[in-house]
Amino acid sequence: MLLDDFFIRALIVGIGIAIIAGPFGCFVVWKRLSYFGETLSHSSLLGVALGYIFSINISITVFIVSSIVAVLLFLLNEKTDLNSDSLLGLLSHSSLSIGLLVVGYLSYIRFDMMGLLFGDILAVTKLDIIIVWVCGGLFIFIFCLIWKSLLAGTVNRDIASSENMRPRRSELIYMILLSGLIAISIKIIGILLITGLLIIPAAMSRNISNSPMQMILISITVGVTSVVAGLFTSLTFNTASGPSILVIALILFIISLTPVKRIISGANK
Amino acid sequence: MVKEHSKILLELKDAGINRSNRWLVRNITLSVNEGEILTIIGPNGSGKSTTAKIALGILKPDSGSVILHTDKIAYVPQNLAIDWTLPLRVSDFMRLTNNITFQEITDALDMTGVAPLINKNMRNLSGGEFQRILLARAIATKPDLLILDEPVQGVDFTGEIALYNLINQVSSELNCGTILISHDLHFVMSTTNNVICLNGHICCSGSPKTIVQSKEFIDLFGASAAQTLSPYEHNHDHSH
Repeated sequence: MLLDDFFIRALIVGIGIAIIAGPFGCFVVWKRLSYFGETLSHSSLLGVALGYIFSINISITVFIVSSIVAVLLFLLNEKTDLNSDSLLGLLSHSSLSIGLLVVGYLSYIRFDMMGLLFGDILAVTKLDIIIVWVCGGLFIFIFCLIWKSLLAGTVNRDIASSENMRPRRSELIYMILLSGLIAISIKIIGILLITGLLIIPAAMSRNISNSPMQMILISITVGVTSVVAGLFTSLTFNTASGPSILVIALILFIISLTPVKRIISGANK
Repeated sequence: MVKEHSKILLELKDAGINRSNRWLVRNITLSVNEGEILTIIGPNGSGKSTTAKIALGILKPDSGSVILHTDKIAYVPQNLAIDWTLPLRVSDFMRLTNNITFQEITDALDMTGVAPLINKNMRNLSGGEFQRILLARAIATKPDLLILDEPVQGVDFTGEIALYNLINQVSSELNCGTILISHDLHFVMSTTNNVICLNGHICCSGSPKTIVQSKEFIDLFGASAAQTLSPYEHNHDHSH
């Protein structure tokens, strides 16, 4: 059967992730949440360890741990002005260290540390396909419901909340969904590189787009292209999948800075 | 002028905001009716924007109460910086919190004189154009209550008069209540129904004519401020 081929499985999962990463990545860029995303993904290693300890699918435990962290950060941010990058850096790297220690302690379990950190296409199972596409569909559906108030809150929270948009609720939902996205993309991209898949396509797309919706659609396209090309590279040269995908995305980003940009955006004017 | 039985849209009763044991504003009591323009003036740090945020429900008052009788509110904030990573055209911005039609967008932009800018990026506008678009966005949804925090900042002299006239016109056409926050006393005073003079609390309030004569106003803004207001009033008195 087609899905018995590990590479086809990885492609299907990867494309699904790239599609979800498009809209979520744009908001990471617009709301300046890259360090926040980093903190979430680094803390997910603890979720991975819990998954191994209790023999549960790691997507579930990672989702639980990261969304707890997301909610805590959200609440802290409401109380204090947490968005200082040193505090997020502190949380991000200390949670990664704790995760690495706990995982290291589980020496009786055999697993591939490099695969966890940088992605491993061999690890993708049929169950992952179901998880990514079912959860992903749900994430996109919820995203469509909150997208307008999320955007309004990004431009100006005061305008949004005084004009009946409830931006804080949307922000919280967005952050929990972001944890979910991290949980389902660990196998393909790896813990250390997930934020890259969120940011690089969005940054590339910024260079050639004129409206928020256009930027989202272009970054989905860039993300999918990077995943497909990156996975082929990974297969051909036997490299880790995460870095391969991000290097392709980086090349697309660099191309968007060159005169090609003018040719593409010329069509929009 | 205020109609006899016009509907009350907003009431603040003794509202105050306390941050780290300091009252930013205190004992604010005011109300806005349909078709009425209430102007809030005061020096920097006197709590004008804070008062606006209480009225909008953005800040919950630590004392007193706020009663809103409408949910059709539009707001022009004092500071609005759009992140450069967000590509936002004027037309996207106009639909930020609503789903108005293209016709409604162009009508509102026409009123503030910036219709040709509809496809421009918000970041490529001049300060004056930006303010006009903020105002256009606020009036496009035909709100019941319009709260404008320094709506003409960065607009040139003639544009300023035009925008104040426009605010006046909108307020009577839509019959909406308006709270106008401003530091420039001249034009505000001639077109407004009521003025509140703020300095942490309400120093004095009343019609523009009575307020310029009040002792508190002269104490707060100096005698020269009261004088600069009078020539404008005179212009009306002496029109031939």
